[in-house]
Amino acid sequence: MSVSAAPVAWASRAPRIDFGVAAAAVLIALFLLFFLVVPAVMVVYVAFTEKGTGVFTLVNFLDFFATDLLMASFWNSIWVAGMTVAVASVLALPLAAITTLFKFRGAILIQTLGIVPLIMPPFAGAVAMQLLFGRNGTINLLLDQWLGLKIPFMEGLNGVIFVQAIHYFPFILVNLSVALRNIDQAMEEAAQNLGCSGFRLFRRIVFPLALPGYMAGAALVFLKVFDDLATPLLLNVKDMLAPQAYLRITSIGIDDPMGYVIAVILVVISVAAMALAARAVKDGDFATTQRGGGGLARRSMTRGEEIAAYATVGLILLLVLAPHVGLLLLSIGTVWSFSPLPDAYTLKHYATVFSESAGYIKNTILYAGLAAGIDVVVGGAIAYIVLRTRLVGRQGLDLLATAALAVPGVVLGIGYLRTYYGVTLPGGVPMATLWIMIVLALAVRRLPYALRACSAALHQISVSLEEAAENLGATKVRTVRRILVPLAVGGIMAGFVTSFATAAVELSATMMLVQGTADAPLAYGLYVYMQSPAGRGPGAALGVIAVLLVAVCAFLSHIVIQRSGISKGVER
Amino acid sequence: MSDKFHVTSAFAVAFLVASASPVLAQDNKTGGKVTVVTSFPKDVTEPFKKAFEKAHPGATLEVQNRNTNAGVKYIEETKSANQSDLFWASAPDAFEVLKDKKLLQKYALKAAGIPAKIGAYPINDPDGHYFGFAMSGYGIMWNERYIAANKLPLAKEWSDLSKAAYFDHVAMAAPSRSGTTHLTVETILQGEGWDKGWRTIKEMSGNFRTVTERSFGVPDMVNSGQVGYGIVIDFFSFSATASGFPVKFVYPSITTIVPANVAIVANAPNRAGAEAFVEFLLSPAGQEILLEKSVRRLPVRPETYAKAGPDYPNPFNDPRLGSMVKFDVDKSGERSSVVSALYDQLVTFQLDGLKAATKAVHEAEAALAKKDNAKARGLVKEARDRIAALPVNEKDASSAEVRGAFVGAKKDEKNPRQAELEQRWAAFAKDNYAKAKAAAEEARKLVR
Repeated sequence: MSVSAAPVAWASRAPRIDFGVAAAAVLIALFLLFFLVVPAVMVVYVAFTEKGTGVFTLVNFLDFFATDLLMASFWNSIWVAGMTVAVASVLALPLAAITTLFKFRGAILIQTLGIVPLIMPPFAGAVAMQLLFGRNGTINLLLDQWLGLKIPFMEGLNGVIFVQAIHYFPFILVNLSVALRNIDQAMEEAAQNLGCSGFRLFRRIVFPLALPGYMAGAALVFLKVFDDLATPLLLNVKDMLAPQAYLRITSIGIDDPMGYVIAVILVVISVAAMALAARAVKDGDFATTQRGGGGLARRSMTRGEEIAAYATVGLILLLVLAPHVGLLLLSIGTVWSFSPLPDAYTLKHYATVFSESAGYIKNTILYAGLAAGIDVVVGGAIAYIVLRTRLVGRQGLDLLATAALAVPGVVLGIGYLRTYYGVTLPGGVPMATLWIMIVLALAVRRLPYALRACSAALHQISVSLEEAAENLGATKVRTVRRILVPLAVGGIMAGFVTSFATAAVELSATMMLVQGTADAPLAYGLYVYMQSPAGRGPGAALGVIAVLLVAVCAFLSHIVIQRSGISKGVER
Repeated sequence: MSDKFHVTSAFAVAFLVASASPVLAQDNKTGGKVTVVTSFPKDVTEPFKKAFEKAHPGATLEVQNRNTNAGVKYIEETKSANQSDLFWASAPDAFEVLKDKKLLQKYALKAAGIPAKIGAYPINDPDGHYFGFAMSGYGIMWNERYIAANKLPLAKEWSDLSKAAYFDHVAMAAPSRSGTTHLTVETILQGEGWDKGWRTIKEMSGNFRTVTERSFGVPDMVNSGQVGYGIVIDFFSFSATASGFPVKFVYPSITTIVPANVAIVANAPNRAGAEAFVEFLLSPAGQEILLEKSVRRLPVRPETYAKAGPDYPNPFNDPRLGSMVKFDVDKSGERSSVVSALYDQLVTFQLDGLKAATKAVHEAEAALAKKDNAKARGLVKEARDRIAALPVNEKDASSAEVRGAFVGAKKDEKNPRQAELEQRWAAFAKDNYAKAKAAAEEARKLVR
C-alpha cells in the first residue's frame, strides 16, 4: 500500500536523543501525571480494594464478569459504538466528498455547519431531541395524525445509535475533509495519466491517502460513543457500560468498587481500540512529499449532479441540525407540551438570560479557548514525538493521553478535589477552587481529540520534507516552525475546533469544580436553569447562545485556515 | 511528646484564634459572603437571595448549584479547608449522611412558632443539625393533553397506576437516584407492609414507560408530553402549572409529607452569616417567599397559609396529608441501600422483562373478563405472584449479613459481596418475569 516513494533515511537521524524533545516529553508526562493520572488514581484505586477493609484484591473484576447485567452492558456498548461509526460514516462521507472533491458553492458553510452537531448543550439538547423525535415529539405526533403510526427513533440501543451518529459524525467529517484536502493533486494526475479513473481512482488512490484522517475520526467516534454516558442516560438506556459506571459511582457511593472496575474496563478497551486503529494506519505509508497541490482537482458538476448534491447535503443537514432547530424553538416558545410546535412565541427567555449571559460567555470562551490551546500544543507535541522521534516510551504518552477519554468526568472532578483541595496557596485558598483547574480538567478531557487530529495531519506529511530542511541547515525548532506547523495547520485547527467546541458544552467535571456563578461557564448556567419548569426556555436560550458562540468560532477558524492557505499559495 | 510539640501546638492554637477572630468580629453585622451549596433551581434560590440580601445589607448569598449527591460529595471532599457555609436541599437522607460524618454544625434555632412534627415526621432534626424550612409530599402528576389524546382515566391512588389502561404511560425516578422517590417507596412499604408494599410497587412499575435517573427527569417528561403520568414531589408539578404547562397533581391517600431542609456546614467560614440565613428562611418573611409562583412549596409556619390562596394545599389542616403513615425514620435508614439496590435489580435494570410479563398478564385478564376459565385464572394468579416475588424477606433485608454486603463488612467467607447479591437478585427477577410471562400467555391461550 506504499504510495510514496519517500526514501526512509533513518541513517541520517542520529540515534542521539534530542535534548529539547526529551525535555518536552518529560514536561508532557508530568502534566499528564499531575492532572490525569494522580487525580484518576486517587479515585479509581478503589477498584482494586475490598469493600470495607481496603485490602488489595482482584475479586471485583471476577464479579464484573459474573454479573449478567454488566456483561450485557459490555456487549451493548461495543455494538452501539461500532454501529455508530457505520451510521456516522454514511452521514459524513457524502458531505466530505461533495465539499472537497467537487466545485461546490457553500462548501465552507457546510464545513462550519458540520461542526455544529458536536455542540449539543447538556439537558437542553436532550429536551429538544425528545420534543422533535421522541415518542410524542413533533414528527411522531404528525405521523400519528396523518398515517396513524409512530417511529421509535429514540428507543433502546437503536435510539442511542441514531442520536450518537447525529451528534458525533463531525469527528469523521472534519478529519476526513482535512485529509482529503491534503492529498496531493499530483498523485491523482499521475494515476490519471496511467489510465486510472472513476471508482478505481477513488479506491486505489483517494481512499488509501485519506485513510489516516478517516481512521482518526472513526476511532474518535468509537471511543466517544463507547465512553459517553449523557446520550444513553437521556434515552434512559441503562444497560451500557458508561451509564452503569456513572450510576454506580453517583448513587451507591464513591467507595463502591464496582463503579471503578467498570471505569478501568472502559480505559482498557478504549486504549486497545486506539492501538488497533493506530495499527491499521501504521501498516501503510500515507505521507506524500509534494505540498501545495491544494488537494484533489475539484470537478465541476453537471446540472443533474448538482441537484443531487444539493439534495443530499440538504437532507443530511436537515437531519443533523434538527436538534438545534428544536433548541431554537424551545428558546423562543412559551409552552411546548404534547404538540408539534410550541403554543406561542416570545423573546422573553432571552431577556431573562441577557444580563448574566455576558459573564458565562466570557468564561466559556476563556476556559474552552485556553483548554483547546493547551490541547493543540500538547497534542501536537505528542504526535511529533510519537511519529518523528525514537524516544523510548513515546507510545506510552499517546496511550496515556488517549486514556483520558475513558475517565468519566465526574471521576476526574472528584479526583481534582481530592488531590488539590488540601493544597492551599498563599492566602489560604485551596488550589482546587481556582478557575484554572476547570481549564486543566477540560484540557485533559479534550486532549485526545486534538491529539488524533494532529497525528493524522502529521501522518500525511513526508519525513523527507523535514530532512530536506535539516540538510539545508535548519534547526529542529526552525523545521517544526517553518515546515511542519504550516503544513499541518489544517489538522491543528481541526483539533482546536473539536476540542473547543466540545469543551464549551462539557459539564460533568466542571460541575464538581465550579465555585460559584462568577466562575461558571455557559453549560453550568444552563444546567441550573434546566432544573425547573420555568427555566426550560431560558436554559434553551443559553443553549442557543452556546451553539452560536461555538459556530462563530468554528467559522472564524475555517477562514483562518483558508487565509493561511492563500498566503502560502495553496489556493490558486 | 517533647516540649517542642507543645510549643508548636500553642502557636497553632494562637494562630487559629487569631485567624478566627475576624469571623467573631463579624458576629453582630452578619455581613460578608454567605456560601450555600444547594440542589434547588434558580427559580427557588433567586427570590430568597434577593430578600435575604435586602434584609441584611452588606451580606451576599453566593449560590453553588449542585445536585444533591454531588453536593454531599463536594462537602465531604472539601472538609479539609471548608469554604461552604450552608447546605440546602430536599432529601432528608442527604442531611443524615452529612450529619453521620460530622460535617454539620449543631445550632439552637431562635425562630419560634414552628410545630415540632408534621403528621408523624419531625420537621427539624431532633439533634439540632438540620432544619425543615418547607414541606413537600409525593403524588401523581399528569399531562392533561396527553391523557385526553390517549383517552386515559384519572389516577388518584398508587394502585390505580397498576391498572391495564396505564401500561407504558407512567414514569418515576429510581429510588437509588432520588432521595425523595426513595422516601415514597419506603412510605408504601411501611404503609402496606413489606410483601404487599413490594407487590404494589412492582405492579405499578410494570406499567412504567421508564425509570429515570434524576428526579427532575420525571416532571420534564410529563411537561413535554413524553409520558402521561409521573410520580413526583408536589412542587415540581405546582411550579410547572404556574409556568403554564397543562399539568395537574393529586396526593394519593398513602403519602407522607417530608420537610426540605437547610443546615450549617461544620467549620463554616461565615458562621454568623449562615445562622442569619437559617433564621431568615424560617422567619415569617422568609416563609412567605415559599408561596411565590416559581417556588410553590408548603411553608412550615401554619400562619403563613393565611396569605396563600384558598386552593393552596395545607398539610396542617388537611386530614389526608401526613396523617396516614407513621413513618419510621430509623427503619428506613437501616435498610435504605438494600431497598434502593433491590428496586434497581428487580425493576430499573429488568424493566423490559417486567413490562413484558405485566403486558401478558393484562392481556390474559382482559381475555378472562370476556370468558372465564378456572385454570387460566390460576395461571394468571401464578404469574402475578411471580411478578411480586421477592428474593429477600423483610427480616433478611435488615440483617447484618445483607447490610454488611453494602457497607463492606470485615473479611468473612460467608458474607456475600454486594455485586454477588445483586447478581443473585437480578437472576431471580429475570427468571420469575420470564416464567410469569409464559404462565400468562398460556392462560390466554386457554381462554381463546
